[in-house]
Amino acid sequence: MTQIYFVQLIDFYSFYEMFYSIFQNLGFEKSSSWMSYIAAGGSLSFLAINLLVLATAFYTWFERRTIARFQVRRGPNRNGPFGLGQPFADVIKLIMKEDTIPSEADKPVFTIAPIALLAPTLLIITVIPIDDSSFLATLNIGILFIVGITSVNSIAIFMAGWGSRNKYAILGSMRGAAMLISYEIPMALGITSVLLIAGSLAMSEIVAKQEIWFIAVMPMGFFVFMASATAEMSRTPFDQIEAESELGSGYNTEFSGIKFAILFLAEFMAPIVTSAVVTTLFLGGSQGFNFLPGQFWFVLKMFVVIFALLWIRSTWPRLRVDQIMGFAWKILMELGFVNIFLIAIEVAILMDPVTGILTSQDMLIMAGINWVFTIITLVFLANFLGKRNYDRPDPVPSPLANMEPKGE
Amino acid sequence: MTGIRTEPVTVNLGPQHPSTHGVFRLRVTFDGEEIIDLEPVFGYLHRGTEKLAETRNYTQIVTLTDRMDYVASMSNNLAYVRTVEKLSGIQVPERAQYIRVICAELQRIASHLMATGFLLNDIGALATPLIYCFREREKILDLFEMLCGARITLSYMRPGGIFQDADSDFWNALDILIQELPHYLDELEALISKNEIVLARTRSVGILSDADAIDYGVTGPILRASRVKWDLRKANPYEIYNRLDFEIPIGVEGDTYDRFHVRLLEMQESVKIITQCIKQIEKGPIRANTPYFIRPKPGETYQSVEGPKGELGFYLISDGGVSPYRCKVRAPSFINLTPLKKMMLGWKMGDLITILGSIDIVLGEVDR
Amino acid sequence: MYGLGLIKGLGITMKNLVIPNRQFNIYQYPNKKVTPWDLAKINSSKTFPFIAKNPITTFKSLVGLVNVEERLPQHPNFRGEEFAWYDNRCTGCASCAKYCPLGIIKIVTGTSGVNSQEGQSYDLEVFDIDIGRCMFCGLCVEACPYDALHMGSGFEEAQYQRSNLVIDINKLKSAEKKPSTWFRPQLVKQGHDPITGDTADWKKVGRHEKPSLDDQSERWAKR
Repeated sequence: MTQIYFVQLIDFYSFYEMFYSIFQNLGFEKSSSWMSYIAAGGSLSFLAINLLVLATAFYTWFERRTIARFQVRRGPNRNGPFGLGQPFADVIKLIMKEDTIPSEADKPVFTIAPIALLAPTLLIITVIPIDDSSFLATLNIGILFIVGITSVNSIAIFMAGWGSRNKYAILGSMRGAAMLISYEIPMALGITSVLLIAGSLAMSEIVAKQEIWFIAVMPMGFFVFMASATAEMSRTPFDQIEAESELGSGYNTEFSGIKFAILFLAEFMAPIVTSAVVTTLFLGGSQGFNFLPGQFWFVLKMFVVIFALLWIRSTWPRLRVDQIMGFAWKILMELGFVNIFLIAIEVAILMDPVTGILTSQDMLIMAGINWVFTIITLVFLANFLGKRNYDRPDPVPSPLANMEPKGE
Repeated sequence: MTGIRTEPVTVNLGPQHPSTHGVFRLRVTFDGEEIIDLEPVFGYLHRGTEKLAETRNYTQIVTLTDRMDYVASMSNNLAYVRTVEKLSGIQVPERAQYIRVICAELQRIASHLMATGFLLNDIGALATPLIYCFREREKILDLFEMLCGARITLSYMRPGGIFQDADSDFWNALDILIQELPHYLDELEALISKNEIVLARTRSVGILSDADAIDYGVTGPILRASRVKWDLRKANPYEIYNRLDFEIPIGVEGDTYDRFHVRLLEMQESVKIITQCIKQIEKGPIRANTPYFIRPKPGETYQSVEGPKGELGFYLISDGGVSPYRCKVRAPSFINLTPLKKMMLGWKMGDLITILGSIDIVLGEVDR
Repeated sequence: MYGLGLIKGLGITMKNLVIPNRQFNIYQYPNKKVTPWDLAKINSSKTFPFIAKNPITTFKSLVGLVNVEERLPQHPNFRGEEFAWYDNRCTGCASCAKYCPLGIIKIVTGTSGVNSQEGQSYDLEVFDIDIGRCMFCGLCVEACPYDALHMGSGFEEAQYQRSNLVIDINKLKSAEKKPSTWFRPQLVKQGHDPITGDTADWKKVGRHEKPSLDDQSERWAKR
């Protein structure tokens, strides 16, 4: 094995064995099994949550610096070397602030909402295989778990808006509920096309099947998934929920102190998690060259995805509510269905009926067909849609205008 | 759909709101996301400029005009100073007129840059075009600093001319700016007006017809976006505008897109005007021989200039003393707000912000 | 083609990210990052000996961790705080106080009895400028007939108490005088720079040379 394992990332079973041996030595004969289950689970969750929170803190720094660079200014650079202390300063400030609850607010709903928003985001990361040897949980229905757990987001956002009894918050959360539920359908369609080729719901299986990265095999599926994932985490051009220039701050208008910190954390953890999912599903997971461990390649790909998301965020404006819903139902869903249909036909023809294996030649053929089809579709759609918007007559002065120079 | 009862919700948009461009308040009634009624409320920034002017002498009022439209102080100065000159019959030297026109056009570019940038920020472009605009505006402010020592509240013009001649630093920097600016404006246009999301958000939104625009007394880029070719620089040339060659851009149908596209085109025209001014300007005196305390003969006068936001006029009554008996300002931002309801009813919440941004109000001028 | 504008927009933002001179604020206000070359220049030694002597500092500055204080570049014309007032030029005529739109200059004079017809007829007892209310329009400077009052160039005079913002006569007398060249063409001719240059004494700043006391008394004696 040429691969160097200097980063043996956290794994549930190594924890379990460690605790099992400890409890055995301590003299818990029979009960050491379930005790070490609990101990391993607890310590692993503790580690994973803390690592993710720390990663999010640095991600906020990265996002602020990158977007600052796009906006030809400097990001936070006063606090520590390169401003790396800034996230910690922010967190300390938020925790020290007074935690106010509006008197008219629905207190239980208002309090649970931030936790309900953070929990699913944390849960998703458990099923993502960062390398063959390092993941937190091997779920054989990993991708189904992700699709299910992201739906909780819409409820949490609605809770946050409804609970705070604020008109802006309700407007924001109403938009959020409508948007998040609509975009779940194209997202599921994008995932389904991956499953058709991979033939498995387990994340590690999907990674293993990617002899050719799925982004190359089905660009349309990638486009559909990326667009809907951007909407799911409500970033530009789909940031209707927060919509700073319209709703002040949207669903989190009334939150302050530690509750706002948790909402903020969930919001900024979403891009990390999304990029991890995208890397797993479309970019070949931990695959890479052998001279560096798989975790490195995984994180590198995540960075590329995050950078692309930030690039888009700093360039494009926001769409209107009805346009966003129209995009989901009128364009993305149709593209997703067409993509599934095409891939299903290809898989039915190309797959070996006995063994059920797609070879890399088969995938190359599929890639060729799909790329041609995608480009033709997109060009057709672009021209079809563009006619209406680009053609404009030359301005004609109004007959009501009467401008004759009078002189000084 | 029986059993579901919906009711309209009234939202106070402002006075503390990121997109009302100041302390402006809109009491809006929404049916879901759709606007069914709205009522603008203003006066939160009222400082009594017109009353204060009655207790100051004619030169001191220049400092008050800086603070009305604080993103376009030069144009305010120009409008006021021209009124005083008309009132007291002062002849302004030619070089001063040229420098005044250069300053007013630079200020127009700065103001339009800010308007365009903030419009894009309202659409939700995360301040990126805004900061590109501010970068260019900063160069113009640097020029003003060279000229008169201040960046925002300039107080540059005086009745009878300007107080200080422009030195060689200024002319060199102006040359560089004029060479570079068109390139950046093209880039801005490519970033904004070719962007499909911007087109989707602004095309055919908040249309103001030409008849309505004239009826409501709207002026400036909003009027010109509604196809009405009316510009005081051509219609009633003041200073030395009749020696200059420039076009008046107009819009296609008077929607939000036209309102900022007209501004983009106007900036190009302003660059053209400044280039011609640099060629034509000659050496000479910069200030007529005016006393410190001007005492015009009793009488009244109204003068207006084409400011960045529209027709900016001053109406002064003199009773023969050192300060005016009455000073009235025709503030373009205030009058451009009147067709607000006409433009906004029936549109969505996001469009409300966009349309308000396209009017380009400055609350210092609305409330005075 | 529809959608092309979006991609072009991405290209433009990337261009602005990559090209360094597109940066908005080239000057990082309170302090700026320096390269080893700049550091050598600041320490007034040659580049290579400096790098050889201080390898750790060189490495730090290459990474971008060494900062040097820097003031924002500003034009000598800048109208700022720190009014420069020359008491040997001032006659106590109170033109500035009269011309101030806000009335924030307070002048109290008493008769000195010296040369009452040649200008120096008043002793200044109070000369307060309340810069907490000042809007730096410069009308007082424009009004001064003897070029005794000049705008300064600073902008960093934040105070905790409003009362500290009132500059009184003693502060004005003892202040370091670096007058702005705003409305003072004679200072422009001398090439005076208030930010980097030396302090200017009262003989340099005026258009009207005021006769000294000896001159005056001589002139009086000759009559």
